[in-house]
Amino acid sequence: MIRRESGAIPEARNARGPYLPSRWRRKNALSYLVIKNVLWYSFNVTEIRDGAAAWAAAITGAAKILYALMKRWYLTIAIIGCAPAAAFANDWGMGDANSKIPPSSVFNPVSTPAREIDTVAFFVVSITAVIFLIVAGLLAYSIVRFRARPGDDGREPPQVYGSNPIEFAWTTVPVIVVLVLFLTTVRTIYTVQAAARPHDALSVHVIAHQWWWEFRYPGLGIVTANELHVPLSDPESPTPTFLDLESADVAHSFWVPRLAGKTDVIPNRKNSMWIDPQVAGTYLGQCGEYCGTEHAMMLLRVIVEPRADFDRWVTAQKQPPARDASVGHGRQVFESTACVNCHTIRGTAAGGRFGPDLTHLMTRETIGAGVAMNTPDHLRVWVTDPNVMKPGALMPAMNLGDKDLDDLVAYLATLR
Amino acid sequence: MAGSIDHEIALGTADDLQSLPILGKLHAWVVTVDHKRLGIMYIAGGLFFFLVAGLQAATIRLQLAVPDAGIVPPQVFNRLLTMHGTAMVFLVGMPILTGFFNYLVPLMIGARDLAFPRLNAFGFWLWFFGATLLYFSYIGGDGLYGAGSAPDVGWFAYAPLTELPFSRGNSTDYWILSIFLTSVGTTATAINIITSAFCMRCEGMTLSKMPVLVWLAVVVAFMMLVALPPLSAAQAMLLLDRFVGAHFFDTQAGGSAILWQHFFWIFGHPEVYILVIPAFAFASEIIPVFSRKVIFGYSVMVAASCAIGFISLSVWAHHMFAVGMTPAGNSFFALSTMLVGVPTGIKIFNWLGTIWGGKLRFKVPMLFSLGFLFQFLVAGLTGIMLAVAPFDWQLTDTYFVVAHFHYVLIGAIVFMDFAAIYYWFPKVTGRMLSETLGKWHFWLFLIGFHLTFDTLHFAGLRGMPRRIYTYQPGRGLETLNLVASIGALVQGVAVLILVINVLRSLRSGDPAGNDPWDAWTLEWSTTSPPPEYNFAVPPVVRSRRPLWDLKHPEDPDWKYE
Repeated sequence: MIRRESGAIPEARNARGPYLPSRWRRKNALSYLVIKNVLWYSFNVTEIRDGAAAWAAAITGAAKILYALMKRWYLTIAIIGCAPAAAFANDWGMGDANSKIPPSSVFNPVSTPAREIDTVAFFVVSITAVIFLIVAGLLAYSIVRFRARPGDDGREPPQVYGSNPIEFAWTTVPVIVVLVLFLTTVRTIYTVQAAARPHDALSVHVIAHQWWWEFRYPGLGIVTANELHVPLSDPESPTPTFLDLESADVAHSFWVPRLAGKTDVIPNRKNSMWIDPQVAGTYLGQCGEYCGTEHAMMLLRVIVEPRADFDRWVTAQKQPPARDASVGHGRQVFESTACVNCHTIRGTAAGGRFGPDLTHLMTRETIGAGVAMNTPDHLRVWVTDPNVMKPGALMPAMNLGDKDLDDLVAYLATLR
Repeated sequence: MAGSIDHEIALGTADDLQSLPILGKLHAWVVTVDHKRLGIMYIAGGLFFFLVAGLQAATIRLQLAVPDAGIVPPQVFNRLLTMHGTAMVFLVGMPILTGFFNYLVPLMIGARDLAFPRLNAFGFWLWFFGATLLYFSYIGGDGLYGAGSAPDVGWFAYAPLTELPFSRGNSTDYWILSIFLTSVGTTATAINIITSAFCMRCEGMTLSKMPVLVWLAVVVAFMMLVALPPLSAAQAMLLLDRFVGAHFFDTQAGGSAILWQHFFWIFGHPEVYILVIPAFAFASEIIPVFSRKVIFGYSVMVAASCAIGFISLSVWAHHMFAVGMTPAGNSFFALSTMLVGVPTGIKIFNWLGTIWGGKLRFKVPMLFSLGFLFQFLVAGLTGIMLAVAPFDWQLTDTYFVVAHFHYVLIGAIVFMDFAAIYYWFPKVTGRMLSETLGKWHFWLFLIGFHLTFDTLHFAGLRGMPRRIYTYQPGRGLETLNLVASIGALVQGVAVLILVINVLRSLRSGDPAGNDPWDAWTLEWSTTSPPPEYNFAVPPVVRSRRPLWDLKHPEDPDWKYE
């Protein structure tokens, strides 16, 4: 009758669904039924489509609910109270983490391309603001000034058919404004797009996947995911990072507002862009081109570190993860299940390329392309069924037993 | 009144259906080739889908009201946004404008129908079945278990997301075929409008004496003829990709994702002007009447509209500034896009010139038109910001763009559609809409609109991409989105008032008379509603405002034109 689309296990709904205490549920069986049905039908109505029977059930259900509501007005209040509760779901620790980072405003740039854009944006916003004030002012003035007043004599006002000098004036002025804006625009386009790549610039190969980011550092032999580490650039002697963008499946767009404008990542095409962040810190970015189910949760972070810290990170990433004998069984689970088809862990049998490289999983702040903070608890939820955190994610639910699951998570937690 | 609604309907009723009055009336509407009935059906159909796609928008805003909401799952959300966008363009914007042009063009040029009445009916039914097909996807689109029902690829359906590996089942096929059908129907209408305007004008109406609305209808019709074939061609290619293994857009086999984008936007950008020029047309009829002044700079207004038509065919790649074009390419499209601002600005200035020195009457159509002037000004200026290619690298595909084009689509087009409904409803039905309810409708809609779309500009500037089914807390987006969602609710209430107003007036509205607004174009010279043959005697005109000449024989227009 009513099918779930994501193929998630039923428990998945509890993670985001309404929660009603069971004692209350027993005492108020009717109320519970009503609330459950209202929530179910109102939130899943587009999925009810298996023929007339389902529609009839829905309509009867709605009628029953309406009847019950008419008899018990306080239920209405209860339902309205429940709706926000259903709306707020677990944010997996991301709210706290995000609020420590300034919003990704395009007007708060820390890198040359974003700064250039900010400058030209300030210019065009100023010009358009002046135009708005003048034209809207004239409009407002004429609306007030020329309103028909009570006690009007009813005669038509003088008919003015037009004026060529005035038309000429208000054609010429916009043309001049356009030319000025155009020249400014062209200068910025060339500054950003035609910048030469220094031969010693750091290059990162960005590969967009549905719905995560792969970062490969060709010169360094590092592969990581969703969190891009780049060195701080000194304005005096810039050390820019050039990003070569390619897609493994559909069109995406690489966008970190405080570092640069977005550049589309398109399959069968090579694009590139560059950044030279001048303030250390973490910058939030996100896929900017609609790419399917989890487009919203294709997040990324750029971590800008002083050169020495960056070099330390590079050294650590180059090492294979330390072997820990105490998690041998977890490792065996990893190597003997489907995990290895998609994931790589250097120094093990796992060499899959479809999913993120997990060699240094625990050095990342987040999992699932920024959907949750990277803690063992969250990892356990993720491995059990990624659909709980990210409905539609392409990683399947692993259906492991509790012991295997615990050991596997314990093993993953050692991948530093 | 000569032409009450019942009388009008009885005219088309077949004898053998007289015994079943309801069936007979329905039959008369189904077989009609009358431009007025087809116009009404276009507008009614458009308004119906406006309510449906509006409810989908309301669901979208409900889901985005708070961060990490779980009101609809992502798959359902993506269908909502695709269906909302596709429906609002092809099932709402297009039929309402073709409906008004269908209804008004023959009346305004003093003709008894469009040039090809049967082609007109053919176009309508193609649109109707195309529109039905799009929403039928919710029932029939589930070609493969778990592949989803309605299209979920976004209204511009970027390849290769629409290719078989990424879009299984039949949902994308429904998107292709339904839009294909409506496009053919629209092309038929375009041919009809051009032919009628060039060949069916009444005696004395030279091209330079056509009402501005008819001129703009001609411009729109030409743009439809040029802009729709690229879309249909691209959709045919996509069908070939999906069904017979062609590789036009199949990147895995060496196809080009960019090719689709070019095809789509060669259609897509003129489409924006196809939708907005009718709004200009309504404004150019309504603002003069309620300012009690002739339109300022008639010939410049017409020339500017033609210029917009031409320039808008050369700006499409400003939707693609981020795909990695060469700097020269980006510069060209930045320039062409900014240049569209010049004729558009001229139009705003001329409306200002029309208001200047008039005696403004703030009836509901005028209120919506004044709202349109301010909002279209803002939309044009944010458009100039987006034309600055580097700024667009930040703004494209964000909520800033969403806010910008909703300023055009709602702030300009829907506002002028509402103005047109209030203005011509008396002519179409013979009854006035309530001014009081109309003012409630206007003010609530205005407030709701600004609550929603003013705030969304700032969400975009803070890094919120469009088409995301949720966003995380802590990114500074919560308040903006909550306010936007409250605004959507207010807009919903305002539209409900319009529905009540229309239903109430149909039952018991004040009789309108032939010319309730003291207007000047030919449609106001016949009865309300007009008889099937429009004019008992074909009119003869000497100026652009024939009814002005009649009302002011001492100072007629033709002395000055």
